[in-house]
Amino acid sequence: MHPFEYVRATDSDQAVAVVTEDPSASYLAGGTTQLDLMKDGVLDPDRLVDITRLPLGGISHTDSSIRVGALTTMEELAADPVVRERLPFVWEALLLGASTQLRNMATIGGNLLQRARCRYFRDPTVAACNKRSPGSGCAAIAGIQRMHAILGTSDHCIALHASDVAVPLTALDALLHVQGADGTRTVPLTQFYLPPGDTPHIENVLRHGELITAVEIPLLPAAARSHYIKVRDRVSYEFALTSAGVALVQEDGVIREARVALGGVGTVPWRAWDAEDVLRDAPAGADTFLAAARAALGGARPLPGTAFKVELAQRTLIRTLETVAGAES
Amino acid sequence: MPRNRGAMTQVDAAGATSTGAAPEVPQVEVTLTVNDTEHHLRLDSRVTLLDALRDHLGLTGAKKGCDQGACGACTVMADGKRVVACLALAAQYEGRRITTIEGLAPNGELHPMQAAFARHDAFQCGYCTPGQIMSAVSLVAEGRAGSEEDIREFMSGNLCRCGAYPNIRAAIRDALAEG
Ligand SMILES: Cc1cc2nc3c(=O)[nH]c(=O)nc-3n(C[C@H](O)[C@H](O)[C@H](O)COP(=O)(O)OP(=O)(O)OC[C@H]3O[C@@H](n4cnc5c(N)ncnc54)[C@H](O)[C@@H]3O)c2cc1C
Ligand code: FES
Ligand code: FES
Repeated sequence: MHPFEYVRATDSDQAVAVVTEDPSASYLAGGTTQLDLMKDGVLDPDRLVDITRLPLGGISHTDSSIRVGALTTMEELAADPVVRERLPFVWEALLLGASTQLRNMATIGGNLLQRARCRYFRDPTVAACNKRSPGSGCAAIAGIQRMHAILGTSDHCIALHASDVAVPLTALDALLHVQGADGTRTVPLTQFYLPPGDTPHIENVLRHGELITAVEIPLLPAAARSHYIKVRDRVSYEFALTSAGVALVQEDGVIREARVALGGVGTVPWRAWDAEDVLRDAPAGADTFLAAARAALGGARPLPGTAFKVELAQRTLIRTLETVAGAES
Repeated sequence: MPRNRGAMTQVDAAGATSTGAAPEVPQVEVTLTVNDTEHHLRLDSRVTLLDALRDHLGLTGAKKGCDQGACGACTVMADGKRVVACLALAAQYEGRRITTIEGLAPNGELHPMQAAFARHDAFQCGYCTPGQIMSAVSLVAEGRAGSEEDIREFMSGNLCRCGAYPNIRAAIRDALAEG
């Protein structure tokens, strides 16, 4: 591991100032992505600013939203009774991610900023990775694909965004509260991530040194009836091959509101706007669900190793829609 | 904000830093509280909690399997919650109460979960066992040992290459029944 100076931040303003001024500095939250990639030699900051002592934990509720401090761990968020009751698919996505040990360490801010699981990205002995070394090529496109994206890809990168909880949060239009050297701003999660295009190394709109301070999750009525399904190569403790998060409002068998996002398929957590358009004001039933699933995967660009995902993702979405629609009381 | 370059960096009242003979590799002064004992260590800032426990404190119960957070062999507790020590930076865990497998049996008397593992032969090579037991003790504390399904799901962060899973689950059920 590259040597680094360890800095324990006690004040957000100073943490932001230190990292903003130093291009070779990084934040350290739970460390489950950051340290892992530093051990592998993928990341090599000269200075690591530990933010875990900053007062950015805690969960507060209003009637219309939950504000989750960026340092709240995945386990802490899953233990919140409002999340469990009013945002069931967020609760499910949290507990279907990683292991209890990792969820006790991993923060919600870090989760949203987790890096690609692409094996070529994670192996610095592989020369071609546009995400790691811009302009070097993409070993995955000509190599072995499986845990890779089929939506939002480019000729320069097919790496997947592997977060589970980002899927329901994207469906709900969660907001990120961000602090920078020049002040604070909020960014909707649906506008936070950037598809790879020809700059796969730029993954989101955060500027160097900007700190996520909180995630605000709207308490939409639709979310009360929601579900997250994750399909994996093994039953537990594995990243998604495909996943779907769905929230519906129905009236007399007709869908009035639909929130749909997909995991395991997108270079960014994938909001399935096209599927939502098909579902809105349509009768809840097999034909509608199939049409929605087709619409969601319409833009898929599979490679030989990921071709199975086109069908699997549709089935995952249909199953999730059936489950939520069938739960109508 | 303290810039922790060990004893080498001093921040004076005006906030200016004066650096003495800085070592090549940044060091940190860390006080770790492990099994109710405080240890003052001077470490390379890169040292993980797992390496601090094993290489600096001689607590070799926590094992290094993957060193990537994937196998659970290094599971210890921090403030009563299970974590993987291989992805934890030692400096980051200063001031937190660390419990290792050695801390489960401070007087040499086996913890009920350890005894249950022995009764059920819940291991073969034993490499994953300290991590399994730390996880199992946490599982019970979390209230997640209620069903076979929950035990499977919430123990899935601990891999066993020898495949002792059925015995591990039996030991957990037994310890719970005894508890
Ligand atoms: C074995 C394994 C299995 C996993 N399985 C899953 C899974 O099934 N599903 C899933 O969703 N995830 C999974 N993960 C990923 C895991 O959820 C993430 O590693 C974790 O959420 C990252 O959070 P952290 O607090 O540890 O972040 P860190 O590793 O500390 O940080 C991650 C990145 O975000 C930056 N950062 C952190 N916090 C902030 C902030 N507040 N503001 C600005 N920048 C910040 C850091 O500089 C770093 O670049 C798995 C990880 C491992 C190791
Ligand atoms: S050694 Fe830490 S999880 Fe494998
Ligand atoms: S007993 Fe050998 S790895 Fe579990």
